[in-house]
This record gives sequence, C-alpha cells and structure tokens, in this order.
Amino acid sequence: MRYVEEFRDPKAAKGLLAAIDRVVDEIGATAENPVYIMEICGGHTHAIFRYGLDKLTPAGVEFIHGPGCPVCVLPMARVDECVELAEQEDVIFTTFGDAMRVPGTKKSLLQAKADGADIRMVYSPLDALELARRNPEREVIFFGLGFETTTPSTALSIQQAAREGLTNFTVFCNHITVPPPIKALLDDPHMVLDGFVGPGHVSMVIGTHPYDFIADDYGKPIVVAGFEPLDLLQSVLMVLEQIRDGRAVVENQYARVVPEHGNPVSLAAIEDVYEKRPSFAWRGLGEIDESGLRIREKYAAFDAEAKFGIGYGAEVERSVEEPEGCACSQVMTGRIKPTGCPQFGLGCTPEMPLGALMVSSEGACAAYYQYGGGRAAVEAAE
Amino acid sequence: MCLGIPGQIVEITDESRLMAMADVSGVRREVSIAPVLGAGMTPGDLIGEYALIHVGFAMAIIDEQEAAETLKALEGLGEAQETLEAMAEGAKALEERA
Amino acid sequence: MKDVTGQKVLRDSRVTLAHGGGGKAMRDLIESVFTDVFEPDGMEDQARLTAEALAVPGARLAMTTDSFVVTPVEFPGGDIGKLAVCGTVNDLAVGGATPLYLSAAFIIEEGTEIALLRRIVATMRDEADKAGVRIVTGDTKVVGRGSADQVFITTTGVGVIAPGVELKAGNVRPGDVAIVNGVLGDHGACILAARGDMALSSDLVSDCAGLGHLMAAVQAACPNVRAARDCTRGGLASALNEIAEAAGVAVEIEEDALPLRAEVKGTCEILGLDPLYLANEGRLVLFVPEDEAEAALAAMRSVPEGEGATVIGRAKPAPAGQVTMRTLFGGARIVDMLVGEQLPRIC
Repeated sequence: MRYVEEFRDPKAAKGLLAAIDRVVDEIGATAENPVYIMEICGGHTHAIFRYGLDKLTPAGVEFIHGPGCPVCVLPMARVDECVELAEQEDVIFTTFGDAMRVPGTKKSLLQAKADGADIRMVYSPLDALELARRNPEREVIFFGLGFETTTPSTALSIQQAAREGLTNFTVFCNHITVPPPIKALLDDPHMVLDGFVGPGHVSMVIGTHPYDFIADDYGKPIVVAGFEPLDLLQSVLMVLEQIRDGRAVVENQYARVVPEHGNPVSLAAIEDVYEKRPSFAWRGLGEIDESGLRIREKYAAFDAEAKFGIGYGAEVERSVEEPEGCACSQVMTGRIKPTGCPQFGLGCTPEMPLGALMVSSEGACAAYYQYGGGRAAVEAAE
Repeated sequence: MCLGIPGQIVEITDESRLMAMADVSGVRREVSIAPVLGAGMTPGDLIGEYALIHVGFAMAIIDEQEAAETLKALEGLGEAQETLEAMAEGAKALEERA
Repeated sequence: MKDVTGQKVLRDSRVTLAHGGGGKAMRDLIESVFTDVFEPDGMEDQARLTAEALAVPGARLAMTTDSFVVTPVEFPGGDIGKLAVCGTVNDLAVGGATPLYLSAAFIIEEGTEIALLRRIVATMRDEADKAGVRIVTGDTKVVGRGSADQVFITTTGVGVIAPGVELKAGNVRPGDVAIVNGVLGDHGACILAARGDMALSSDLVSDCAGLGHLMAAVQAACPNVRAARDCTRGGLASALNEIAEAAGVAVEIEEDALPLRAEVKGTCEILGLDPLYLANEGRLVLFVPEDEAEAALAAMRSVPEGEGATVIGRAKPAPAGQVTMRTLFGGARIVDMLVGEQLPRIC
C-alpha cells in the first residue's frame, strides 16, 4: 500500500457520492436550503477544487471555505516586518515558498528579493538551520509560519539549534492555532454552518480532543479528514449522517494518520518552546484571543522578535487597516460566496490580491478564480 | 493547510541527529524522524515504514490496519452502488421488454 | 599551437576578461572552443546561405530566436547547449518549418571554466547534427564575475516552410484530437532536483530533445495537422490555453490520460506543484482532425522522441478559450494560465 492511489479510486467515489445523495435527500436539503459544511483547512479547499468535488456533490451540500490557510490570514503588517528583517545587512531571510508573493503594504518578499535582499525559499526549517551552520558570519532568520502541523518542526529546529549552540539562527514566529478562530466563527451571530470537516494534518499533531467544544458546546458535528478525494467525500458523508441523525460528535475519518491524542514528541516540543500570545491579529478576522504562539523567554536567543525588536515583541503596536471594499471576513463566515464580493476578479485577482483569500492558491477566492472559472466568469461579464 | 504526503523510510542517514532518507514515488529527501521515534524504539525500527512527511519531518507513522479498514468501508460502498445500479439496469431491461 | 588531436591549446583554464577584449586572446578562444567544433564556412562576419528549398514558389522562410539561461548549466540529460539547439529547432519545427541553420551567441561570465564551454559546444554540435541543422555564425562576449551565471546562450534559427503548409493555433477546430509525444514534466522536475536547494534527489532525466524529425513524420502522415506547440515554460497548461484562446475553442483533457512518471508526481506532491505547469524541453502538444489521430500517433511513435505519444483530450466548441480537465472520477476543473512562477508550497 502506498496510501495515495488507493484513496483516489473512482469506483469507491461513485458509491460515496450515491450515499451522499441519499443522505442529503433524507435530510431534505436543497440548493435553496442547503447544508453548510465548512472545510477548515486550506489543503482541503485546494483538494475540493483540484478534484472538482464541489461539482460532484449534490446541490444540497454547500462548502464554506474556512480560515485554515496560514498565508491567507497573515496580516500585511507582518509581511512588512518580514521585509524589514530581510533587508538588514548580513541577513539571510528564509521562508516557505507560499509566503513569497503575499503583499505587504509596500512590497512582497519576492519584490524585496528583487530589490536586493537575500531571501531564500526553503522546503524545511532544517534547511534554514543548515544555512546557519554554513554561514556562521551571517544571521539566518527563518519565517515560522503555519498551524499546529508546522509548529513542531520549527520548535524541533530551535531545540536542535540550542543543542548545537548556534548563535546566528533565529525564528520570526508567526505560528497560529486552529481551535480559537473556529470558536470565533461559531460565536459570530451571522454564522450559518451546520458542520465541519476537520484538518487532518493539524490533528495528527494535536489529536481530536481539542475539537470537543465544537460538538459539546455548539452542537455541531466535526469529522477529522484526510486529504485524498475519497477521504474528503467520506468525511462529508459522515458529517451529513450526523446531521441526519441529530448527533454532534467528533469523528475521525483519518485514523490511519491521526491518533486520538496526537503526537507526543511534537506536543512536548511545542510546550517546551512556545507560549500563547494574549491575542493575535488575523487578516480578515481581526484580533483573536490566544490564537498565536510566541517563543518562550528561555529560547529568546532564537527569537527574531527579541533579537531584532520587531513584531509583537516590539514596543509599538502596529496595525494596518484591511483594504477598502474587501469582503474576506464575510466569505470566511459563509455569508457570501467569493463571487459575491464586489472586488472579486476586478480589484482583487491572484496577480494583484487585495484580500486575504486571494493571496494563496489555497485561499477560497484564489481557488474559485483559478479552478472555478472565476476569470472566465469575470471576462464574460465584461 | 499543511501539505503532507506519505513517504517510505528507506535508510537512516544520521543516527545522532535522527535523520533518515524518505522515498516518495522514487524521489528522495532527508527528513527528521524525531517526531515518530517512540519510547524504546531505535531509528532502525522505522525502516520500511510509511510516514506522513511535512516540511522535512516525519510527523506520523501511517497505520496500515486503519488504512485497510477505511478502504474496506469505501469498497463496500462502491460495491453496494454497483449492485444498486445493476438492479436498476435489470429493472429497466424488464420494463423495456414488457 | 595545436595538440595531437588538432585542437588548439589555450593557456588558460578559465575565461578571463582578456578573452572578450577583441585581441589575440579572443581569437584563440573563438577558434579553439567554437569554430573548430562548429566548422562554419570561412570566417566572415556573416553566414552566406543557400537554401534550394526556398526557391520553390510559395515556400516561406521561418525565423525564430530564443535566449537560454538555466541553473545549473549542466543537468541530468543535457546542458544549456542542448537546450539552446533543441529549443530553437523546436520553435521552428512546431510551426511546420524544416530547420536549416542556427546562429549562436554566448554571454560568458569571467571565470567560467573553458572545459565547461568545450562540453557545451560539443553537445551543441551533436544536437545540431542530430537535428540536421548547421550552426553557421555566432558571437561571444565576456562579462565580469557576477554579471552572468557562467554562460547565457542566444540562438536564432532559420528554416523553410514548404508551400501550402500552414500550422497555427488558430486552425484548431472542435472535435480535433490533442496528442502529446511523451511523459510530461521530466525536465522541470529534474531541474528542481538538480538545483539542490530543496535537497531532493531522484533518477529523473531531462526530456530535452529536438523535435524536427518527429514533426516531419507527423506532417508526412497527416496532411491536415492543425497546430503544434512545444510545452516549455508554463508547461502543457500554458500551451493549451494559448491554443484555446487563439482558436476560440474549448479544450478538454482527461486526467487519467496524462502521461506522468511516478517521480514527477512525487516531486509535485512533495512541493505542492502542479505537473501541468512544469516545463518540458522535448515535449509538444499536437492537434489533428479526429480521422488523422491514428496516423499521427503511428508517425510519432516511429521516431524515438515520440515513443510515448498518447491522446490526452480534444477540442470542443464551448466555452471558447477555456481549458478544462476531467478529473479521475468525473469531476471537472478549469486549467487556467499560470499566475507568475510556480513556487513550492507547504500549505
């Protein structure tokens, strides 16, 4: 078994789709009165569009694309700070490719690189660590970005740097966590969601219990899902069955990867290296309590905020207003579809993104635009 | 978010730093096995296992039995659908004959 | 001074600014490294060409130019010289021209190893011979360290289009069949690994190849071949979008018909890339009327560069300008033009 092709079998997909059709009928959901299911994770959004799942599922199911794309929810101010860090003398600024094109108020990292900053794309924080070892006279800064899936890799890299006594490696920590924004969405009075497809790879780190509040306190079903098309369809079916049966529990479709209690080594590394920030700003969602992580005092030597006096570690609080006319927060809470935003495809395109959800290919608006015929629709309208 | 893909651990490359070579469809990349090295295990125990790889770290060992159970349930649904479709075809054929 | 093989000996092992100075050092470099291999007729500042094919009434001259930069300059399956010859030969061939002559201009960075230049020039001669073209004129310039990355090459090609031949994207009509000549994305994935910054390794080899013979075989077998495009930067997706737009047709491809090696899929899974946008240097997509599809496939498979030829989809009447892909289990998605460059992603 290679755990990929097996979960893309068209025959099984047919069975799943037929079962989804039946349950949607049993619920009585229709195009006018659909069941709203949020896939929290941007990876799921990407897979839904890549495999055309939104076009295969019945009209009675409507996907709402959640906030789980760390690049999309990154405030512009943080990008500005990245550029500021990267443009210092003797700095090698390292980042995942995802963050390169995200616009700041002045420029993106890609533009800063063109202006002469030494910015390098890496696949892993371990590669940034290796750059630090090989360039002892340079300061290597890694842009720590992502949810709980990615958080442990940065923590383990910091621990490794500490063991080796590296003095030229720091992390600009912008790690964020999944449960707080979900709570914020559920507390939104305009919220229409009936259930959730939960983020599989976040859950392989944190386990399934951090979602208990969704079922217990808010009475909504959530099914932790894998990323292959059959995983997603099966998870949608499981959410629908819960809705039909009037149940609300946390279920785990992705048991081959997600242990109930997560990954102990990763959780210990997270606990050792980070602490919660009192609050953190999300692009499109605003400040959310205890939704971001910062590096603990004992690892201050590896904390770019402490070393360079920037970001949430700085004295001055920076806030940058979201661009006018941007309706990302309404899209994210399911009030409107991406195409319902007045800026979609006009003032906001993947080439020149205005709002968070157009920034990364995992953002709902970018996915609509790229895979869903956004460009064609806009051109036809012109 | 969080792109993760299954890769097979094929070789331990640095025992002290817990690094191993992972193979994804014939593409190899060195990864850290720190997260998946359980208590009482040695790195060599992981050779041959499939792990979920994310940004250069093996984040979970894929549970073959759980995977098989998921697939079995999926196959069941696929077969049930085929049976239903065959029955519908049959009924249609009967109607046409009548 | 010449060595026993008759090759001129250069004192230096690396290119210096003196080699670009216009004096004796430059002449030695040009003679020793370039003209001894390319063997142009005489040493005038121009090539004087005879092209009998052009004398046929209705025949047209085709001309194209392309610059080549690649990191690293040598990679599994080729080097920048092979790219420079094949790329320009292919630009002529997919337009229905028979490639005849090339020019080659080199921007060389100070400090570049002369042995490397020799290897590149040798591959260029080899590829030119294989393609049946001659490199008839050229130029070299030397720039200071850091002003170029070892060597940049610009090649210009001329060829002849026989009377009545008219291959262009605008010819494609609904119902036409789309065929590629082999597995996709090998070059792009190979270069990604060869760059080393993602620390990936695989046995992938670039697909870089000249496609002149393949196009000649197809044109001989299919009188009504509509259009061909080489799937270079931007990959198959960009080539198909250009064709759909120019012809005012829709193009629909089948995901399960796309030929992709496991290693290319693996590279794409690891880095979150889409193989439809990976660069190829020896792959083209061809549109032929349905009744000529079998003949086209057979003709392509008769040459080594077309062994993997396969049908991937077809043109449809609407929506005009749009490329869609039927996914593995019947879903559909739009395959748009690429926005900017494909960057590796983690999320």
